[in-house]
Amino acid sequence: MSGHTGPAVVFDRVFKAFGPNQVLRNVSFSVPAGNALCILGRSGTGKSVTLKLLMALIKPDQGSIWVDGDDITRLNPGGVSKARRKMGFLFQDAALFDSLTLYDNLALPLRRLTQKTTAEIDFAVDDVLRHVGLAGDKDKFPSSLSGGMRKRAGLARALVLEPKVLLADEPSSGLDRITASEIDELLLRQKHDKRMTVLVVTHDVHGARRVGDQFAVLHKGNLIAHGTASEVESSGDETARKLISEDYPA
Amino acid sequence: MPNLIEFVGRVSSFGFRVIGDAIRIPFEGSQILSHIIEAGYKSLPLVVPAGFALGTVMTLHTRNTLVTFGAGAMIPTVQALAFFVEIGPLVAGLLLAGRVGSGIGAVLANMRVTEQIDAIESLSIDSFKFLVVPRVLACVVALPLLTLFMDFSGLLGGYLAEYSTSRASFALYMRRAFADLQWANFVAPTLKTAVFGFIIGTVSSYFGYTTNMGAAGVGRAATNSVVVSSLMVILADVILVKCIFFAFPENAL
Repeated sequence: MSGHTGPAVVFDRVFKAFGPNQVLRNVSFSVPAGNALCILGRSGTGKSVTLKLLMALIKPDQGSIWVDGDDITRLNPGGVSKARRKMGFLFQDAALFDSLTLYDNLALPLRRLTQKTTAEIDFAVDDVLRHVGLAGDKDKFPSSLSGGMRKRAGLARALVLEPKVLLADEPSSGLDRITASEIDELLLRQKHDKRMTVLVVTHDVHGARRVGDQFAVLHKGNLIAHGTASEVESSGDETARKLISEDYPA
Repeated sequence: MPNLIEFVGRVSSFGFRVIGDAIRIPFEGSQILSHIIEAGYKSLPLVVPAGFALGTVMTLHTRNTLVTFGAGAMIPTVQALAFFVEIGPLVAGLLLAGRVGSGIGAVLANMRVTEQIDAIESLSIDSFKFLVVPRVLACVVALPLLTLFMDFSGLLGGYLAEYSTSRASFALYMRRAFADLQWANFVAPTLKTAVFGFIIGTVSSYFGYTTNMGAAGVGRAATNSVVVSSLMVILADVILVKCIFFAFPENAL
């Protein structure tokens, strides 16, 4: 358990380009521990890249990224691996391992990264699956799950190692209003019950307003607004105001 | 040309990383075993009938010529030497490149496209060691075993073709088949398929693991895996045959 008391996540003057395409330009923000930050923006503005940079799946061209007190841009592979254990990632399409059952999807990281016995792994998997409402589905393969169930399963896998920071990439995309609301509720529970820091990339303003304490609005790679909902609404940038407006279509 | 050199460099670097990771713990025993079953055991329905058919056809083609020159008794020897020295290793390698190479390329590319590889990394699991190394090692282990099945099924096919004409006994056929076969004719060519397996596993994994072209990349990875690994197996065969002749001069027929 680290004794880090500062912000759980810090982005400090981060730049990232893919070839000639500058995806992020001088992006800086921080998220206090236990808070939820929702990152809003139009498609292709670097929202998902921000999460992947946090998870150290890609490296920034410039700038530093701090997670729970560690600058993940300066860690060696072993350090990156340890830093990743503090985070859980819900991918946009869940990214479940399609050759494994739901149980094995969740048990895999426990078998490889912990000293838990088989009985303890069974208990941990059952507990997380019950938490996301999939207790009776552990023997199913991902291909037989609905979109909402896949998202829940992806969330369960992200939570199974009990991370401090949860990253969710479009958790409600492709879901009906009710199912999306159920996913939002699960994210809220992580924040409230487990004091987890949550970063959500989303187009769903309704869900974002429900989950988020803070909002960051990205536009063409620039962070054009950052703060509470009312701060973003009163910002001078029209795009930011539109993106956080509940009247504006997602 | 610069692209070719760059490609060779990238694949070589990928292959060296496989070797480095293969000797580093954890050894992924259960993963390797499951991929040996996938690459080896499940390839038997392809390799055994192919070897049998090739053996039959080869005897049908060579028999008349050998009999014309009064060398009918050499048929089993020719068949055994041809299969153990060259046909078995090369054809087994090409069949594995087709069946397993395309599968490895497509599966890994699909995992890349659907972010499953990123998901493995996000769980603090080394995706290269977990996904690539076991597949390459499985090909290295499975191909020599498949080659043995190819060799013996070819010999059996040849015997049945011979039996249909001359009614030769099985014992006599086998005695003549192995009479002039030396260990060097058998061991070195069979073991060279471990190199073929490494090439197939590495090249196919390279195309699948490094794809970055979305859904279209899956098909392209599968195709490139088969085409490039087949070509490289044939090229490697030329080099390895020269090496075997150098190491075992008695192997040069």
